[in-house]
Amino acid sequence: MSAATTQRSWYQRNKMTVTPLLFLLPGVLFFVIYVISPIIQSFNISLYDWDGLGEATYIGLGNYEELLTDRAFEISLWNNVKWLALYLLAVPAGLFIALFLNQTVVGIRLYKSLFFFPFVISQVVVGLVFSWFYLPREGLLNALLTFLGLDTVNILGDPTLATYGIIAAGLWPQTAYCMILYLTGLNAVDPEQIEAGRLDGAKGVRMLWHVILPQLKPATFIAFVVTIIGALRSFDLISIMTNGGPFGSTRVLSFYMFEKALSEYGFRMGYGSAIAVVLFLIMLVFIAYFLWSMYRDEQEARR
Amino acid sequence: MFPTPIEKRSRAAQISYQTLLPIALILWLLPLIAVALFSIRPLADFTNGNYWGMPSSFEFFTNYGKVFFESDMPRYMWNSILITVPTVIGAVALSTMTGFALGIYRFKGNLLIFFMFIAGNFVPFQILMVPVRDLTVSAGLYDTKLGLVLFHVAFQTGFCTLFMRNFIRALPFELIEAARVEGVAEWRIFWFVVLPLMKPAIAALAVLIFTFIWNDYFWAIVLTQGPDAQPVTAGITSFNSQFVAQYHLMSAGSIVAALPPVMMFFLMQRHFIAGLTLGAVK
Repeated sequence: MSAATTQRSWYQRNKMTVTPLLFLLPGVLFFVIYVISPIIQSFNISLYDWDGLGEATYIGLGNYEELLTDRAFEISLWNNVKWLALYLLAVPAGLFIALFLNQTVVGIRLYKSLFFFPFVISQVVVGLVFSWFYLPREGLLNALLTFLGLDTVNILGDPTLATYGIIAAGLWPQTAYCMILYLTGLNAVDPEQIEAGRLDGAKGVRMLWHVILPQLKPATFIAFVVTIIGALRSFDLISIMTNGGPFGSTRVLSFYMFEKALSEYGFRMGYGSAIAVVLFLIMLVFIAYFLWSMYRDEQEARR
Repeated sequence: MFPTPIEKRSRAAQISYQTLLPIALILWLLPLIAVALFSIRPLADFTNGNYWGMPSSFEFFTNYGKVFFESDMPRYMWNSILITVPTVIGAVALSTMTGFALGIYRFKGNLLIFFMFIAGNFVPFQILMVPVRDLTVSAGLYDTKLGLVLFHVAFQTGFCTLFMRNFIRALPFELIEAARVEGVAEWRIFWFVVLPLMKPAIAALAVLIFTFIWNDYFWAIVLTQGPDAQPVTAGITSFNSQFVAQYHLMSAGSIVAALPPVMMFFLMQRHFIAGLTLGAVK
């Protein structure tokens, strides 16, 4: 009886600490098991030579040394840079389409939805749709080029063009995403400031740059975050459209890692993990920056 | 409103805008329109090289019928549903709780845990791949839907927590304080005060997570193989090797595979967009 009372009063005294911990427990547990601890394990595995089944042999930084002279790794890394740089075009392109569609004519809502629509389709289907679009004989692109009297191109079969062809496919849904972010942002732009800008004689591009864009900052921030993460995560399109080829010219780190660790090229878990660690460290730079900006906002909100 | 509303511009501007809209849309959706047109053609058109002229016959029902009755597509679709729906329920359930804890209570490490969820949500999948695959294999869950569901729930909890916590932060805190003054137990505050207010956030997340999980391809090929457990994104590659070079069937198959999230989007548009903008852009 008395034990029950003390137990209850202990809970009463500490309920503001215990309650949140109990609520957090299941979510944190799942997250630690499936996300946090695998990250640490991957760092560890990258120090071993391991086929995923037999004994793992510790080789220190051996895998990383091998990466330094691996030509395929170099191509993948370089392709990641291309992805990152070109994928960011989705942000201005999205803004452009959002400005084009930010009107109130009849049926505009349906237009907005249909412009957004590529984002909802899985990347697998986007990849298929574009690889058929690019087909040398059956594809619509070459049909149009022939119609215009131009030479036909085999985009995905050409090692110098293939990566750009895939990035173009990726830009399609990503632009739609940025567009919807900006459309929502434009909705919230303060009309009084626009009016004040008009009175000051600001028009067109100057109005956009000095009055509108500063107010769209939250949308721009999220557009950059999702586009950068999306660019570095690109995998599905490459796997579907070229499977890394022709001649490995379209590999990126995420795809090369998968190839090394889990495909017919062998099960080199340690080497694959080393590639994953490199990709992770690149992304960590961006993640740290995002977290830092969010932390600043938190501090401001608290004040 | 910016740019200047077209109604306030000249008649010529209005007319050119109205004509430009459908043209821009057709150009934008061109690759998709091409696939839709392929999917209603007969095989003969492809062998005769008639890709873009009038279809020699209209084979909508034959082609889509084949997808539904002569392939594994319905099985893959069913798998996708059995993977997606439990994931949505699991991730939303876990994150309402974590979001509540992180949004309402002040305690040491609150922000740290919150940032752990956000950071984890942004990591590349490849850094998780080898250990998660091992974990799934050793739990005997490789090539099962449950194995995929458990991972998806865990990973999506990161994103959902970010969303839920920010949503709860924006709720009027006085409501909770008032309940506490009345002596309402904390879990009852969660259940009877906070949860009903979170309905819009739950709806937004549910639609969004449904789309994310339905469209997942990477984890599907890492954690499953074969038609017993594979969702439609992974299954479509086997479907395509079954109907190699039969573009009318492959097109129809892709359209079927893409359809559920599209329908979800058109039905729940407002929630979907609220979710995408992370609630940060209002």
